[in-house]
Amino acid sequence: MIIIATIRMAIRALQRNTLRTLLTMLGIIIGVGAVIAMISIGNGARAQIESQIASLGQNVILVMSGNFSRGGIGMGFGSAGTLTKEDFEAMTREVIGVSGASPEVRGNAQVAAGNQNVNTSIIGGSEEYAVIRSWTITSGSNFIDQDVRSANKVALLGKTTAGTLFGDGEAVGQVIRIKNAPFVVVGVLGAKGSDARGFDQDDIIIIPYTSAMKRITGGTTFRSISVQAMDAASSPQVQSDLNELLRQRHRIQDGKEDDFTIRSQQEIADFATASTKVMTVLLGSIAGVSLLVGGIGIMNIMLVSVTERTREIGVRMAIGARGQDILLQFLIEAVVLSVVGGGVGVIFGIGGAYAVAKTQNWATLVSTSSVVLSFLTSAGIGIFFGFYPARKAAQLDPIEALRFD
Amino acid sequence: MAALIKLENFSKTYNSGEMEVHAVRSVSLEIQAGEFIAIMGASGSGKSTMMNSVGCLDRPTSGKFWLDGVDVGSLGRDQLADLRNKKIGFIFQGFNLLARSTALENIELPMLYLRPSIPAREQVERANQALSMVGLADRGDHRPSQLSGGQQQRVAIARALVNHPKLLLADEPTGNLDTQTSIEIMGVFQDLNRKGMTVIMVTHELDIARYCKRNVVMRDGRIVGDTAVTNRLDAVEELQKLRLEHQAVQLAT
Ligand SMILES: Nc1ncnc2c1ncn2[C@@H]1O[C@H](COP(=O)(O)OP(=O)(O)O)[C@@H](O)[C@H]1O
Ligand SMILES: [Mg+2]
Repeated sequence: MIIIATIRMAIRALQRNTLRTLLTMLGIIIGVGAVIAMISIGNGARAQIESQIASLGQNVILVMSGNFSRGGIGMGFGSAGTLTKEDFEAMTREVIGVSGASPEVRGNAQVAAGNQNVNTSIIGGSEEYAVIRSWTITSGSNFIDQDVRSANKVALLGKTTAGTLFGDGEAVGQVIRIKNAPFVVVGVLGAKGSDARGFDQDDIIIIPYTSAMKRITGGTTFRSISVQAMDAASSPQVQSDLNELLRQRHRIQDGKEDDFTIRSQQEIADFATASTKVMTVLLGSIAGVSLLVGGIGIMNIMLVSVTERTREIGVRMAIGARGQDILLQFLIEAVVLSVVGGGVGVIFGIGGAYAVAKTQNWATLVSTSSVVLSFLTSAGIGIFFGFYPARKAAQLDPIEALRFD
Repeated sequence: MAALIKLENFSKTYNSGEMEVHAVRSVSLEIQAGEFIAIMGASGSGKSTMMNSVGCLDRPTSGKFWLDGVDVGSLGRDQLADLRNKKIGFIFQGFNLLARSTALENIELPMLYLRPSIPAREQVERANQALSMVGLADRGDHRPSQLSGGQQQRVAIARALVNHPKLLLADEPTGNLDTQTSIEIMGVFQDLNRKGMTVIMVTHELDIARYCKRNVVMRDGRIVGDTAVTNRLDAVEELQKLRLEHQAVQLAT
């Protein structure tokens, strides 16, 4: 029997009971749609976290004040304030393989320029901060070591901040007031976009940490120090040297816990991707269960259909249909159900992912592989769950099927 | 020439619970190509059981059955299906048309299972031919529910003939039809038989059996009579007579 004729026959059989067909498909539609939407959400989160970690800079080792190892590591920074200016200077002086280092202090402050006024986050760093954190400078230039040493009032503006304060006008050379202290804008940073939590990374001002500690954050300690290793190969050695140096400087006895935490960029990346992977798998498998339920729905309806159409099967066998013809007929009906359902589900899944992206402001990433995979899975489900009812039909005895009523 | 159908000690026993029902008991029978046979007998005498086995729908419990020289007992399920498809046309008392398909689609059905398959265009062509042969050329797109009993049986006959079988089997083909329609159907069979088709039909109506050439009578699963029909009826003549009677009745009233 010709496959195309069988497919046409299956479509006609399914059209006869439109409502039932739609309800049966609904399970697969929801299943495939959910799988695609969930995987898109998971992938989107991962892609964003990955790009955020990449923007941390190359071969960066983060030294944070406080010990996070007990509560696991977050993306946050320490607050205990155990890292001093002397620690920082010792790191650059005594550890071999360090190509750059910068402390980091953060605070929020009211910033004004002309009649424009914004509250933005202020980051204090050394002249190497922008380089280590892979910021580009689109106009003007970075501040220099002399600015840091003298706690000069110079500032690098994030793209968003520059836009808010100066619009399209030239920002470099202008004076802004941070907490009423006048700072000269020396450069404007290139855009990084928003991070995984949706925060605009370009809504910042970078100033020398000396100036920041004096005028904005106060205090004498750093929440973190970013150290850049010369290359990936020397990174582990630098990491352990830093550890040893700090334990020595902080006079931590053997067996006592560190009062700081050192994480390489790789460790942070591994942790973040591992946790988003877990999230993707979790979301995907919950959605997969609904796909399975959809498949069972197809099997259920096909079993009902085989019973209802026993006489038809008998007639077909009486005029010469082989068991395999009947098997194919019902199998194709199940596959048409699941494939059409899968196709509609793909559309709903992609639509759902976009809807989530729009309404929740989450990043979603519809991957071709997840679309193809869930579509093929739905076809597979049709074959798998359609096989038992189809075989049941094919094994009917012609005479008994004809007598059935 | 070998017989088209040969039954030898053919028996069928049903095991329904503890009761054993001997539906057909050691029947031996030969049927040549070109014959037109009525199998007669009371209800429960085993006619349908025998027809179903001859139609390769069922297997005997014991005994042998040759169809066109082939020992059917040695064939598998698929080979039986192919025999039903190509060599046998089966007509049922209840027509057994697919209710949701049109007359034409019903007639196309056996060609769907033809091996090797034939092109779709030829299928439609042959189905239309078969439809006009039974006088329903203009009813191809009607569903069974839109046709009269006689017309449905004609569609069933067209379906049985569309793969050009050697043998036409009909189990009480006139059982659900009125007298005139029954005679019309017998006319179709006589016509087919004249053109060389072997026809075997089951009936319990004596006057219907008289349109056939040979009558086989069964009782309790055995053949108790096998006679040639002497004063055979001709469907065309009988229909003519019926029409005249009608006119006479109408004139009288
Ligand atoms: N599937 C079956 N199971 C049990 N007994 C059956 C079955 N089919 C037919 N019979 C019995 O076999 C006998 C012959 O039946 P059947 O061939 O249908 O007779 P007929 O067609 O002459 O009326 C009857 O007694 C009937 O009850
Ligand atoms: Mg019967």
